[in-house]
Amino acid sequence: MYNFRYHKASTIETAISLIEQSDDPKILAGGHTLIPTLKQRLSQPTDIIDISSIDELKRITLGEGNVTIGALCTHAHISNSPEITKNIPGLADLAKQIGDPQVRHKGTVGGSIANADPAADYPAAVLALNGEVLTSKENHFAANFFIDMFETALKSNEIITGIRLQIPKSSTYKKFRNPASGYAMVGVFVARYDNDVRIAVTGASSTVYRMEDIEGMLKSSFDNDIMEGIEIDTTDFNDDIHASAKYRGVILKVLLEEAILELKET
Amino acid sequence: MVKVNVNINNQAYSEDVEDNTLLVELLRDKLSLTGTHVGCDTSQCGACVIHINGDSVKSCTVLAAQVNGKELTTVEGLASQGQLHSIQKSFQNNHALQCGFCTPGLVMSAVDLLKKNKSPTESEIREWFEGHICRCTGYKNIIKAVQEAIT
Ligand code: FES
Ligand code: FES
Repeated sequence: MYNFRYHKASTIETAISLIEQSDDPKILAGGHTLIPTLKQRLSQPTDIIDISSIDELKRITLGEGNVTIGALCTHAHISNSPEITKNIPGLADLAKQIGDPQVRHKGTVGGSIANADPAADYPAAVLALNGEVLTSKENHFAANFFIDMFETALKSNEIITGIRLQIPKSSTYKKFRNPASGYAMVGVFVARYDNDVRIAVTGASSTVYRMEDIEGMLKSSFDNDIMEGIEIDTTDFNDDIHASAKYRGVILKVLLEEAILELKET
Repeated sequence: MVKVNVNINNQAYSEDVEDNTLLVELLRDKLSLTGTHVGCDTSQCGACVIHINGDSVKSCTVLAAQVNGKELTTVEGLASQGQLHSIQKSFQNNHALQCGFCTPGLVMSAVDLLKKNKSPTESEIREWFEGHICRCTGYKNIIKAVQEAIT
């Protein structure tokens, strides 16, 4: 396998000073994206800084109307956590749809967000749940954090410590999985708040985005009737071997209708 | 080099490994625990599944250095006093293996499933095995074997 130096960091501070001393470092959390990319030499860092034993990043804490999830919480932890299943069932369900059970035992929410794969699931939840990405430097609103494909507002010596999400009245995540990889060809997270509706889409284009026009219509009437005659704008949609842009548009419309139908009575 | 102190199948090991050693390489190449297999390079086949602190995990996607201080169980650790584990027996009874390449991983996953869910439905069993590939495509009997082991 590709050669690098391995360092274990037991605190965030040590991890940052290790980053600053290395030529081309990479942070290792769950490793379920990083290790496969190292094997294929898609990524060739000089130093791997393992933060996976920092226990304070493995907690889920309920606040006033919000929940904070530590960066090292695994998908399995999030999908089984009573705090999440009770308060944001849409998120528990999202976490349960990632990868396979063995991947979910290792993969972390912080890793997924830092990687910002255009087909990753969590970015949709963070954006729809009016979330913030908490880091060793500052808190970023989701809207300013996800910039483009594999590109975020993170600086090279900044580490994600967690995410903070606003608890909605109800929420759901609908995903059309690629039958081979399980990644979202299109995924849509819909969250209802007392006076707000937020919709975020992943997998369809180069980065996660909100559908503000449809949010506006749903705010005045939360009913799937509004979808009649709606044309999804697919100009910037991904068009690849998995699906054409047009097909992604069709999937998105169907998923959105399912989501609205599910949340209608909530 | 990194020092790894790890407990595997109730036996303590202390090994020096290269920084880039995968856990599955430590098991197979250094410790000769060759029951754990490698079937892919992309974390998709599940042949390498073992337990780390009680959870089923793909050992090809973990660095050896990361298991320092942890408790591991590999397929070699399932049988006790010459008696096969009930899942191993039900795989045998149901002819749930053909070439056997995928079997150690599936058995380790199945043990974890039945620990977390005492009576999974057929669809729960199928979902649990999503990260496994059996190239002999003997899925039907694999599911039957797990169902037989539910008691
Ligand atoms: S060898 Fe680990 S998943 Fe294939
Ligand atoms: S029995 Fe041959 S790969 Fe599964």
